[in-house]
Amino acid sequence: MRIVPFLVSAVATAGLVYALNRPLGSLPMAAGKFLSPQYGFWQNAEPASKSFDEELSFSGLKGKAEVYFDDRLVPHVFAENDEDLYFIQGYLHAKFRLFQMDLQTRAAAGRASEFAGAKAINFDKEQRRLGMVFAAENALKEIEKDPVSKAAFDAYTSGINAYIGSLREADIPIEYKLMNVKPEKWSNLRSALLLKMMAKMLSSGTEHDLAYTNAKAVFMPEELNKLYPQVPDSLLPIVPKGTVFEKPAIIPVQPASADSLYFGKKDTVSVKEISRPNENNGSNNWVVSGSKTQSGAPILCNDPHLEMSLPSIWYEIQLQTPVSNAYGVSIPGAPFIIIGFNDSIAWGVTNSQRDVKDYYEIRFKDKTRKEYWFNNQWTAARLQVEEIKVKGGAVVFDTVAYTVYGPVMYDESFQGTDSSGRGRNLALRWTAHDPSNEGFTFYKLNRAKNYDDYVNAIATFQCPGQNFVFASKNGDIALWQQGKFPARWKGQGLYVMPGEDSSYMWQGFIPQPENPHAKNPERGYLQSGNQRPADSAYPYFIPGTYLTARAITIDNKLAAMTSITPADMMKLQNDYFNTTAEDVRPLLMRYVQMDELNATDKKYLDLIKKWDLNASADSKEQTIYNHWWGMVTYGIWYYYANGLDSLTRAKMVKPTDQTILEMIIKDSSCLNVKLKGKTVKWNIVTSSLKVTSGFFELRLKKGNGLEWYKTNHPAIYHIADASRNSLLPFARTKLHIGGNNDIINAVKGSHGPSWRMIVHMTTPTEAYAVYPGGQSGNPGSKFYDSFVDKWVEGQYNKLWFMREGDKTDKNVKWVMKFKKG
Amino acid sequence: MKFITATILTVLLAFIAGILSFSPWWGFAITSFLVAILVHQKGWKAFLSGFLGLFLLWAGLAWWIDMQNNSLLSSKIAAILPLGGNSVLLILVTGFVGGLVSGLAAITGSYLRVSSHK
Repeated sequence: MRIVPFLVSAVATAGLVYALNRPLGSLPMAAGKFLSPQYGFWQNAEPASKSFDEELSFSGLKGKAEVYFDDRLVPHVFAENDEDLYFIQGYLHAKFRLFQMDLQTRAAAGRASEFAGAKAINFDKEQRRLGMVFAAENALKEIEKDPVSKAAFDAYTSGINAYIGSLREADIPIEYKLMNVKPEKWSNLRSALLLKMMAKMLSSGTEHDLAYTNAKAVFMPEELNKLYPQVPDSLLPIVPKGTVFEKPAIIPVQPASADSLYFGKKDTVSVKEISRPNENNGSNNWVVSGSKTQSGAPILCNDPHLEMSLPSIWYEIQLQTPVSNAYGVSIPGAPFIIIGFNDSIAWGVTNSQRDVKDYYEIRFKDKTRKEYWFNNQWTAARLQVEEIKVKGGAVVFDTVAYTVYGPVMYDESFQGTDSSGRGRNLALRWTAHDPSNEGFTFYKLNRAKNYDDYVNAIATFQCPGQNFVFASKNGDIALWQQGKFPARWKGQGLYVMPGEDSSYMWQGFIPQPENPHAKNPERGYLQSGNQRPADSAYPYFIPGTYLTARAITIDNKLAAMTSITPADMMKLQNDYFNTTAEDVRPLLMRYVQMDELNATDKKYLDLIKKWDLNASADSKEQTIYNHWWGMVTYGIWYYYANGLDSLTRAKMVKPTDQTILEMIIKDSSCLNVKLKGKTVKWNIVTSSLKVTSGFFELRLKKGNGLEWYKTNHPAIYHIADASRNSLLPFARTKLHIGGNNDIINAVKGSHGPSWRMIVHMTTPTEAYAVYPGGQSGNPGSKFYDSFVDKWVEGQYNKLWFMREGDKTDKNVKWVMKFKKG
Repeated sequence: MKFITATILTVLLAFIAGILSFSPWWGFAITSFLVAILVHQKGWKAFLSGFLGLFLLWAGLAWWIDMQNNSLLSSKIAAILPLGGNSVLLILVTGFVGGLVSGLAAITGSYLRVSSHK
């Protein structure tokens, strides 16, 4: 009678295996498989002494190629032709960064629910309604139109797929195992999606159309101008002040109905944007000519400020063929080097911050959204049914209507119903939807030899608008703001526009040669820090989300510097000077009511008085200032928006610090608070200081320090950890670094300088760089976060621009050999 | 003697199952089951062989990998799971889970042999 125990134990075994094949707690992985040393995470624990030497053969290659890795795991690729070069770039991206490429491009296409489950459905819907795939498909057509471009992208895709094809299940990146997802094959469309992810990141949050529309409903036109001015008083533009601009080729005309149907319309929208890009996306770049350097050769610097993730958005690489040789950072998921240098030139980018995305109000005939009213007739919309697959749930369908403007992003079925139950249909017009091949600009820049090549390379770059900084070995320096920008009549696109006829459509684009630019200015330097590109002399109306202060700091410092060396530039990229505070402090001191302060208030006031104005990691003053001035700005904004309920206010956007600062300078009466017609005893500066001192006294009592980094929380989270708590062991937190978004060293939380690069145009080229990450995307590799500490400390890696003759150099640690097979 | 033979066979076959590409992660449950039929032992002894074999294999492999990795990954995983970031505990848990599945499979095999004889 052993049949009963047999059945019992058989069921127990099967039951246990079944249970271990299921998710473990809140983590979606199969526990048994995950723990298995032959299948699971242990396989991702890379031996510290791992050799990256390999001999590989692929039928997709044309000839032979070698990859030389240095001790930082930076690959130096030597190929015989372009196709093999990009095949290998694809292979390396996949080998070291497969998960991030896969996750990011799926998320770009509105497929995050495949990883994250039901909580990402609204994100996915918004991505699809933003037209991300539509945009990528339009780009793909353009990419594949040019045979050189097509060949490069094809080879890149083949390289990624060659790696994916060679993967054993046990070797897939650990994140797939944790999330119980499988890698997906690559395609050129996915590279296009990645570039559109960048377009969204940098050009879809550079407008406040919805918030401004709500502000327009409650404020008078002159109040709007005061709260949201176009040109700040203290602007130091990219194109030096006083530059004479040519007569504009296009003069857009305001529609006759604009005063009544547009500017005068008092109508709010209560659309909730799900994944608006971080407002701190930005960057610094600058270049100094030989006249200002010790060596007589130009120095070019760039530090793009993005979400700093682990793995990093950047992957360092050198790409060489017999006819081209470039070094810099690439973005896994796209071929080419995005920021870097070659033997003749160096280039870098910052974001233009220009508004290239407008909303049009659509009137549908009925709820089917099949027809909309346009130019006096019902016009058919193209309805696209989106199928969203959800991990652990049923497929979700969403129908998106495409109009003459673009996709209807918000409507009754998605976020578009206001509190009164009325549906609003907002169609998008966004330049990222237009056919273009941004990647090819980088193909050309990688090979550019001089200023003309550079201008030719960037001329076709459309979206996201970028400030391309340039230096060449022959001594030229330049900066172009490049992109496809609508030529707007004054005020066009600041608010939601009427969409019932063509009169509010964009009437044309600013001709490319008229984009703001400067070459070899007499002062010997050019800079951009996300400020408005030109002063009011520029003949076009160019709204955007500009930041003024950082560029002022850079400009002031560069103007004062002479005999510059790369070491000076390193210091400058890590500078903590707070220009806003320099302007704000005298106002705080002037308007604070001394006789109303108690001893504690005065203690904090004294600290600010004696502050060196540096927002360093341990600065207590920056913490106090940040709180005090923050309270003042909110105080003024709330008081200005007095009488509005908090919901209405929340649908608007607070004026920038720069604007509030200039408001106080012009008229300090905004600091006085009146209640029931009587002026309150304490003005906003005084009451804000009192709140601040109370707040920090309490904090000190609790034993928490006032050091700035304890408030700013510099950290780098894992790329898949949207909640910032599920994969904390894969993150680097509590980093001892200062900064802020308006400081040159622009670290703000998990945002900041994602790559600091300095290129000295000597022969041979001298270059230094560092990024807050590491070359390997594997949390089980020592190369996962190997640059983070250096980055925190403001140190740099000297870049090794390897030559043909260096193949036996001691810098070569490992060699990967590729051949056709 | 049977105990040692069964345990060694359990280790060897489980390891081979683990490198066969078509085998699922629990392939060793089948090999441990087969070992218990081939090298027959009484229930609790069969369980112990099965358990010990996989415990030794999994904990041993994990320990070997972990040593070369300087516990870089295991300490992170042990913090996610959560095992307080303790790598040694994670190695033991790994061995225990493998051992438990294998031991149950082995005892099942042992009972099958008994029942088929009667």
